[in-house]
Amino acid sequence: MKISLGSLLYCWQKQQVADFYQQVAASQIPLVYLGEAVCSRRRELKWGDYLELAQMLKQAGKEVVLSTLALIEAPSEYTELKRQVDNGEFIVEANDMAAVYLAKERKLPFVCGASINNYNRASLDILQRFGMQRFVMPVELSKAWLQQVIQEQPSFEVEVLGHGYLPLAHSARCFTARHKQLTKDHCETVCREYSKGLLAQTQEQQPLLRLNGIQTQSASCLDLRSEIAAMTQMGVDVFRVSPSSLDCITKANALVDTIQATKNTQDFSMNSNLDITQCNGYWFGEAGLAVHVNP
Amino acid sequence: MELLCPAGNLASLKSALHAGADAVYLGLKDDTNARSFAGLNFTPAKLQEATELTQKHGKKIFLTLNTFPKPGEEYRWYQAIDLAAKLGMDALIVADLSLLDYAHRHYPNLPLHLSVQASATNLGALSFYKEAFNIARVVLPRVLSMKQVRDLAKVSPVDLEVFAFGSLCIMAEGRCQLSSYVTGQSPNTGGSCSPAKHVRWQEEGQNRLTRLNDVLIDKSALDEQMGYPVVCKGRYITADQDSPQYLLESPTSLNTLSLLPELAKAGIVSLKIEGRQRSPAYVEQVTRVWRQAIDTYLNNPALYSQSQNQPHWEQALAKVSEGQITTLGAYERDWQ
Repeated sequence: MKISLGSLLYCWQKQQVADFYQQVAASQIPLVYLGEAVCSRRRELKWGDYLELAQMLKQAGKEVVLSTLALIEAPSEYTELKRQVDNGEFIVEANDMAAVYLAKERKLPFVCGASINNYNRASLDILQRFGMQRFVMPVELSKAWLQQVIQEQPSFEVEVLGHGYLPLAHSARCFTARHKQLTKDHCETVCREYSKGLLAQTQEQQPLLRLNGIQTQSASCLDLRSEIAAMTQMGVDVFRVSPSSLDCITKANALVDTIQATKNTQDFSMNSNLDITQCNGYWFGEAGLAVHVNP
Repeated sequence: MELLCPAGNLASLKSALHAGADAVYLGLKDDTNARSFAGLNFTPAKLQEATELTQKHGKKIFLTLNTFPKPGEEYRWYQAIDLAAKLGMDALIVADLSLLDYAHRHYPNLPLHLSVQASATNLGALSFYKEAFNIARVVLPRVLSMKQVRDLAKVSPVDLEVFAFGSLCIMAEGRCQLSSYVTGQSPNTGGSCSPAKHVRWQEEGQNRLTRLNDVLIDKSALDEQMGYPVVCKGRYITADQDSPQYLLESPTSLNTLSLLPELAKAGIVSLKIEGRQRSPAYVEQVTRVWRQAIDTYLNNPALYSQSQNQPHWEQALAKVSEGQITTLGAYERDWQ
């Protein structure tokens, strides 16, 4: 089992991002996704900045994948996407069918991100024929679903989001700007004020959602670390940590350590008691926000 | 410009045809479509009856297969495609790659419309589906501004259909997991958003509490107009606000009547009315208004915006709209 770090989904200041990836470079995390996948209006880092970071991480021995936008609307966004796919050095994580199209046309391998709808093996095999090297499971699917789909050994790798806030939806509307009474066209990149998104609670103080610009995330943090042994046995190749703070690098690094130290994955055990701020329901076929307790 | 209307049952289908629909769309009585509600939709026998009736009227009929086949149960979706082909239906509305592939290989003459659930919003995505499966048309997600629709129409390799009226999804359709995050079921996996069995209303003093799988989505006054409870239209609290707000969207409906000339000029081939879950009376009312509006425009485009009928149309549509409030949604840049 390989540990990966998903692309940073929040809008951080350029220096913070640079510091973050310096620490990633120094970590043992072998696979790093990098790039703006949420909003093209975020310009703290330009494409060139991401490429520099990617090269720095590559030199530090990391496998680097460039993440692309999940929602592509304007022609300018599509043009930018072409530039990304054509970078000549790194493969991309396709988060929209447009990226699949461009990679397929250029006969480049790609990773299919979780925001592309894949709900059965026949669809995955089609994408594999088009160049999909690795498949990131959509967040709402379960262990039982995955078991059935990869029962017959696939010729692509399988990655599961195992830790972090769940991306649940994308909209044309920027909810963070709206909350600040700003329109999207004059948003002042106000999402910079919320390093982990803006928490929304129900009127009974139950944390429910996390508004991250045009993206809506879960309020609860997914934690499937206790499932790593089961995932390994099933044939999952990559366990993804979606970062929301520097602490996530430490967590991901600790996972790499633990996996290396554990010769037999059966022995790999993690505390499976989740607290109220966490969730794991989707993996067990329940509501995403649920906390499934092992019997 | 085609007027495409919803049919949740045979009565709605007749209403739509009677009121002037050019085409209708409908689903089978199971989770092969994203309006899998009890009492709705068509058995294979009823589907045959509906197809014969619609085609006898010289109108078109499309089968909605906009959910994603579950592992081990794929055959049910394939059978639905076989059935539509056998009945001679006019098109399939499909989102899943494997279904597009199956239909394209087995029935190359059966037109494929890419469902909104496939979330294709740009030239690259449309080119992908056109080249891989020869789709004839795409239903655009409700995330594009009018300018973006125009830009896309200029370069699109396929015909464009847009949502003209009805419930407003504010997320990129087909990629929204808010319903399953709270209930365990989403349109993609369970065949509907906010399944009715998870909805519960409680009266508490002067308030009505709306719960979805026990999660409090909204608290409203007893006499307040309410829409169908979905996560994106609830009232929530943030750390920097004390009073609950509609943080995502309030209960409103989409109404693009005022955009009709723009949509026509952009070359949109079909205007879709949402609402397979609504009553025959709704279908009748909405179809009638849109028929008149389209005919008025086509008769004399220059006079459309001054038409004396406009206020009456708006009024009639407002009556059947969620919360009786309508919006242009993402078509209008400021909404975003």
